[in-house]
Amino acid sequence: MKTIYFNKFYKNFNILSGVLIIVSLLFLIFKGLNFGVDFKGGTLIELRTDKSTANITKIRDSFNQMNLGDVSVKNFGNETDFVVKFEKQNSNDPKFIEEIKIKLSNSIGSVDFRRVENVGPKVSAELLRSGVIAIVLSLAAMLLYIWIRFEWQFSLGAILALFHDVIITLGIFSLFSLEINLSIVAAVLTIVGYSMNDTVVIFDRVRENLRKYSDVKIFELTNISINETLSRTIITSVTTLLALLSIFIFGGEILKGFSLAMILGVIFGTYSSIYIANPVLVSLKVSQRTIVKEEKNN
Amino acid sequence: MLYFSKLRIFSVLIFTLIISYFTLSNFTKIDDEYFSKNIKLGLDLQGGSYLLLEIDNEPVIIQRLQSKVLEFKKFFKQKDIKVRNFVIENKAIIFDVENSKIEEVKSLLDDDKSEVNPYFQQYKSHQFNFDSMDTSFKLEFSDYGLVLLKNSSLDQAIETVRRRVDEVGTNEPNILKRGNDRILVELPGLDDPGRIKSLLGKTANLTFQFVTNNQEESFGTEKLQFEDGSGETIVSKRIILSGDNLADAKPTMNNQTNETVVSFNLDRVGAKKFGKATSSGVGRSLAIVLDGKIISAPVIREPIVGGSGQISGNFTFQSATDLALLLRSGALPAPLNIIEERTVGPELGKDSINAGIMSLIIGFILVVAFMFYKYKFFGLIANLALITNLFLLVGILTLFEATLTLPGIAGIILTVGMAVDANVLIFERIKEELKNENNSIIAFDSGYTKSRTTILDANITTLIAAVILFFMGSGPIKGFSITLGVGILTTLFSVYFIARLITAYYVIKNKHKEKLI
Repeated sequence: MKTIYFNKFYKNFNILSGVLIIVSLLFLIFKGLNFGVDFKGGTLIELRTDKSTANITKIRDSFNQMNLGDVSVKNFGNETDFVVKFEKQNSNDPKFIEEIKIKLSNSIGSVDFRRVENVGPKVSAELLRSGVIAIVLSLAAMLLYIWIRFEWQFSLGAILALFHDVIITLGIFSLFSLEINLSIVAAVLTIVGYSMNDTVVIFDRVRENLRKYSDVKIFELTNISINETLSRTIITSVTTLLALLSIFIFGGEILKGFSLAMILGVIFGTYSSIYIANPVLVSLKVSQRTIVKEEKNN
Repeated sequence: MLYFSKLRIFSVLIFTLIISYFTLSNFTKIDDEYFSKNIKLGLDLQGGSYLLLEIDNEPVIIQRLQSKVLEFKKFFKQKDIKVRNFVIENKAIIFDVENSKIEEVKSLLDDDKSEVNPYFQQYKSHQFNFDSMDTSFKLEFSDYGLVLLKNSSLDQAIETVRRRVDEVGTNEPNILKRGNDRILVELPGLDDPGRIKSLLGKTANLTFQFVTNNQEESFGTEKLQFEDGSGETIVSKRIILSGDNLADAKPTMNNQTNETVVSFNLDRVGAKKFGKATSSGVGRSLAIVLDGKIISAPVIREPIVGGSGQISGNFTFQSATDLALLLRSGALPAPLNIIEERTVGPELGKDSINAGIMSLIIGFILVVAFMFYKYKFFGLIANLALITNLFLLVGILTLFEATLTLPGIAGIILTVGMAVDANVLIFERIKEELKNENNSIIAFDSGYTKSRTTILDANITTLIAAVILFFMGSGPIKGFSITLGVGILTTLFSVYFIARLITAYYVIKNKHKEKLI
């Protein structure tokens, strides 16, 4: 196969990534994330209506009359399904949901509550905390693993790539106000695993090539390694994306956010393995001596 | 890497067949608990209700402190120590001791063997911590004392919750402790938890207290509201009888008044107490109080000595049934708050299963087709490994009766996409090796050997993510981490045993063929 000179574009793509990360961070700081009821507390009702009578405005109006705090109504999948979210949660009152249902059917006709989630403030705070802990812990575990398996220069590259993927994925969620719920945490963790996986494959090859060619500069060497593993990188990304696209299109509304986050994560994970992880090795001037020295120490 | 002993081939095949059998057992019906297992569906797939309850232990703590105060008074009286000004404030007992006895009280409270430290012998820890300033003493539950108290009230509460849920007769409820003040209730198949919630939301503390003729609240009496909001009245604080003495309760029709009532039977001790109180109190009103509200306060016309009676109070049949159920199942030690509720209707569950299976099939076909397009014959090998992988994955989930959730199905689909990675790494490596090596057996062998560390590295990283998610995640997300984690193990097995076995066989047969892969 013809060699592609990925290394020619290291600088350009690093600038692009830097800009994307800054923009993402700005969005995360100033716009913030759209937390779902899992993390914010409140009530979520997924409902199905009779075709003829309901639309978003009507549903929103009747919910607004019930004094439930901030209400958001969205179409969910098809035109008869809606998701309604509001601040108030009163799971202790056994009639709470029933009364809402009665009031709603009085104004828009027969409705079916397909899903009800009611999360108290204490639980949502705990879920948020354990979600953050899970992500931090997984990053730390990856760092530890790669630190044991590789030299520190590699660890730094891999971790920077991980942060890059996670920050940009979350940035996109912030930009489009996509909902962050428990399954997004699962997606982020899987992205972390996938991105690491992808980086490790290239790094393994870089290390192998460092031993093999003593006189090739790391700038060239990373490019050789990327090219040698390129068809694997592409094939695996394609099969993973095929599976994820299938979930995104056919897996129902509940898995939409999850599969979207994963799709973004796989795309950025693949990109960052090439354009973040490798340039780090180049700028840290990794050479044959780096790995030989380490091996002597061990 | 290409050599397999006969024994190994045999064990790989047997293992694969046994596990695959369990996959199939999901689709058959055999009446045998060892051979017919089914994957459990999570509440998000089969529909049902998930409730997380938290005990509000404050009333229990206050109650314990009150009885402790009585105990202390008695204890110090015996020791001839004058103590006064007992108050309970901020979950602490505060009292004053005469000047000369301060040191004695301190040493008594410190003494491991004294009666005020009943736990010490057993747990080597005090039930209370104390602080003293001049003549004033302050006693608070120690951390250990608090844990003990919480655990015992949780144990008691979980029993009551179980009885109440069982009485309603839902399908295979799952009731579990969470930490030391929470109870998780899973009710498969229940799409309207309203009734259960109203049953669990009541402490159901039943007491019988005499109505006094006083107009004002005074010492030993309290003002209570009527349940139906029709006013309030003053009752004596003395409890004639409590729900603890109830042996049975059921809703019945009162033939004379044509009204639904709850009739109850008392145990022996209760019958005796009730007989005595009603004999002496003929003509007085006896208030029947549930959770601090009066249900009704009938006038006692004659002594009730048989140990059975009726509670009337404008019940519908449903509310009488519920009250009887609450009384039968006993009172909760403390109020329960529902702090999280998730309910999925059966219809949505079914839709989710269909969508999940649909995307699994389509994702599978896409990946299989792509692999065949890319690798032709070796694509078939990878696909065979993939199918085996799926059978193993589902089989293991079935064998351990893991719970399959919607994110769990997503985990399976994701495994399909990522599982081929290992074979891709191997095949690509073999292609490279073949460039410099004419002997295809050696090339294949070193392809396997050289890709091994990379494959392990790559899979361990995903496994780490899955394990962390398993411990940190809850409910459906846990289901995802299980399928993802088990998926990695079955992937490695199917790649290294199934695919490698077929590859080895094929390569050895066709070693002289040009362009094997």
